[in-house]
Amino acid sequence: MDAPVSQSALPAELAAIPAMQALRGPTPPAVLLFEGVTKRFATRTATPFTAVQDLTFGVRKGEFVSIVGPSGCGKSTVLNMTAGLDGPTEGRVSLSGEAVTGPNKHVGFMLQKDLLLPWRSIVRNVEFGLEARALSRAERRERALRELARCRLSDFANHYPFQLSGGMRQRAALARTLAIEPDVVLLDEPFSALDAQTKLLLQRSFARTIHDSGVTALLITHDLAEAVAMSDRILVMSERPGRIVEEIDLDLPHRDDPIARQALPRAREAMTHLFQSLHLAEREE
Amino acid sequence: MSSSETAARPGVAPAVAPLGTEAPRLSLAGPLALPAMTLLVAVVVLLAWQYLPPALGVPKYIIPTVTDMAAEMGRMWRQEDLLGHIVSTATMATIGFVAGGLLGAACGYGLGLSRLWERVLSPYILALQIAPKVAFAPLFIMWFGYNAWPKLVVTVLVVFFPILVNVLQSMKTTDRDLVNLARAYSMTRAQIFWKVYFPASMPNLLAGLRIGATLAVIGVTVGELVGGGVGLGYLITYGEGQANTSMVFNAIVLLTVIGIVLYWAVAAAEARILHYVPRISQ
Repeated sequence: MDAPVSQSALPAELAAIPAMQALRGPTPPAVLLFEGVTKRFATRTATPFTAVQDLTFGVRKGEFVSIVGPSGCGKSTVLNMTAGLDGPTEGRVSLSGEAVTGPNKHVGFMLQKDLLLPWRSIVRNVEFGLEARALSRAERRERALRELARCRLSDFANHYPFQLSGGMRQRAALARTLAIEPDVVLLDEPFSALDAQTKLLLQRSFARTIHDSGVTALLITHDLAEAVAMSDRILVMSERPGRIVEEIDLDLPHRDDPIARQALPRAREAMTHLFQSLHLAEREE
Repeated sequence: MSSSETAARPGVAPAVAPLGTEAPRLSLAGPLALPAMTLLVAVVVLLAWQYLPPALGVPKYIIPTVTDMAAEMGRMWRQEDLLGHIVSTATMATIGFVAGGLLGAACGYGLGLSRLWERVLSPYILALQIAPKVAFAPLFIMWFGYNAWPKLVVTVLVVFFPILVNVLQSMKTTDRDLVNLARAYSMTRAQIFWKVYFPASMPNLLAGLRIGATLAVIGVTVGELVGGGVGLGYLITYGEGQANTSMVFNAIVLLTVIGIVLYWAVAAAEARILHYVPRISQ
């Protein structure tokens, strides 16, 4: 399953890309791999709509990678293809060496909306993802309670979603995502619906939980500060059709504490660099 | 635990608290003021009913007084087997309501699961929904004869549509992301239905059942008015034939009571089932 991706397994043209070379080295192998992925959607007109074009990147085991880009750059398409809800038109998406052909249990995803089922208590919500698995009721409950403890929500196990704050609901959603023990966690703007203060605290809470669990994470965000504060690596996408225009290896400490990291001078440098690479200064609207 | 997150007290919906604090302003003084006022309205209306028509010279066969109606109620109980009529109407309304509700819900879920059939059948559903169902009552009497079936079928038909439409609406508006989440967890179609669509439809289903509960009494009444020799609807035509206005009024009152009891039953079920929905105020 976790066999390193050998050079021969990669298409020749990809070997030229630095990210791909890095994936072959002594570093951990890529859990998630996009190889020349293009996604087009049929439209009413003759020309199909290209959401993303020729995406090639990998995410190594235990790594936290962020994808940033302007709105409508196909970030959500990347997410849907990873989750197996959409297939690529060209290229290949693989998880732990296996091509993604449909929804699979290796991926957990989280959206801006917490997607908690309002009619279920928090612990029953965490169990939701496990109910398609061959687990006994007791095993499900045990796992759910374990994840709630990890997300510091044990006291709220028997509460209902409406009784929790927005930040707590997102933590419960993370607990549900981690409960299925995914290889990769996909985070699609999970903090964007929250107020500034809750957002900072929740980012730290998530960073800690993800760090402690050692799970691989792919964060999709439009918030550059968030990307710098939380990730090991940032992929910058262009406007439609989405392509990866830059890759930034952050190499900053405190991945488990975004608030501490944001105070680092080097984090500010990275932010400035990101601003420049997105040409934000020259753009108007 | 952060300061901002502890601010959300367990058991209290934060968004609801400010609204709740406004409630006392409504009830002028003390918690009993509101029911007392409601009761006062009833007393005033009953008193006006008792004394105003005779004072204005309205004959008793047009508007009987409250005491006349009470006396007639006693006579009906003793001489007309009122209990039997009440039980018959209540039973028919309940059976029709349950059967219509089950059928409506089943068809709503079925159509909700099949985009194709929903589109194919939607014009007919709309047409049947608009058609006055009670107008079918004489037809059903011609088909089934003077027995319990016509009123039952009318009731089922009347209850069926609001529930069908409500359930179908819910199936169409269930959060796509919730369904995708369930799909991403590799759930089967049956699992997605029972774990997402079905519970998500509860508020709509219960809203439909509320409407159905009130309509059920109308369905039964029309069925009994048109044909048959039992039930409160029959007592209305019987009283009409005898120019017994009190009897007609009494039957209407009792029909209303049956409707209220049915409605309460649904409301009580709703309060239990939808306990997870925050209430604005009570």
